[in-house]
Amino acid sequence: MDNERHVDGNALAGVFHEVFGREMTRECGCCSQCGAASQLGAVWVYRAAGDVLRCPSCESVLMVIVPDASGMRVSFESMRWVHIRLSHSRD
Amino acid sequence: MAGAALPRRLNWLIAKAADIAEETDRVRTVVLDCPGWTGHLPGQHIDIRLTAEDGYQAQRSYSISAPDDGEQVVITVELVDGGEISPFLIEDLRVGDQIEIRGPIGGYFVWEPSRGGPLQLIGGGSGVAPLMAMLRARVRTGSDVPVRYLSSARSFDDLIYREELESISSGAEDVEVLHTLTRSQPPNWRGLAGRVDRVVLARNVWPAFTRPLCYVCGPTGFVETVATTLVALGHQPRRIKTERFGPSN
Repeated sequence: MDNERHVDGNALAGVFHEVFGREMTRECGCCSQCGAASQLGAVWVYRAAGDVLRCPSCESVLMVIVPDASGMRVSFESMRWVHIRLSHSRD
Repeated sequence: MAGAALPRRLNWLIAKAADIAEETDRVRTVVLDCPGWTGHLPGQHIDIRLTAEDGYQAQRSYSISAPDDGEQVVITVELVDGGEISPFLIEDLRVGDQIEIRGPIGGYFVWEPSRGGPLQLIGGGSGVAPLMAMLRARVRTGSDVPVRYLSSARSFDDLIYREELESISSGAEDVEVLHTLTRSQPPNWRGLAGRVDRVVLARNVWPAFTRPLCYVCGPTGFVETVATTLVALGHQPRRIKTERFGPSN
């Protein structure tokens, strides 16, 4: 896969905020294909008419977010879980 | 800052361009007056949304390039050929124009003086924008965190913030600023020449045993190379924060 065209999850911080209702880039999501957990700010993101999130370890599609007339459609593909901390420690 | 992590609504606000400065042929800094702005941390972003007459909307994320300063938000934008937002910001936006923004957003690529250091900032092209917010915050707060700033640009004329960086580094013992020019160097150039590679990083960034916090921002290929090489040089992946903004122009 071409290694230049993606950005990363930092660019979707605002979209994540719409989906989850809070800041998410420091939270971790786990890929069901390879088991790697990545902070959402660090996943690979391909932006076009919608946004495709890929695992930075194995490149599997984690999520697809596509806007439509009334909002957006969020598909959880290989995102097994997302961990949301209710209080943040510094890392 | 715990407040930044609390759930809250993220609303679109109307911002007005209060000042525009041309940094290079392809990069400009825009100061936005934004009534209702709630403050931000160095490294955070805004989303900018443009709406066409037919209702089509496009939005993109831009790093804020200056620390929190009341209701003003400063961004430094590079022209992306064929982009949906940056050509408007670079070529059409005038002082007094209004645009929609929301933020602050992002918590992953954030540094504030209380996080300590030493701090290693590495930027490619306009990837220096969020790093400048961090460095300016370090200067403004009088923090003593030692900083090394390494930027890569094509030519002397493509260097962003050059004069301010000179002023900062000559005024502070613990701030080192170094540029590398990849395509052309002026006569008597005292910085580096060529791309950031293993040798450049090994010689010029904080050594791994000092356990620096590293922030790397720029075109995707640049960030991949730098982050991978830092790990190979013994830096801990957890202390390397990255932000990629896509292919270089």
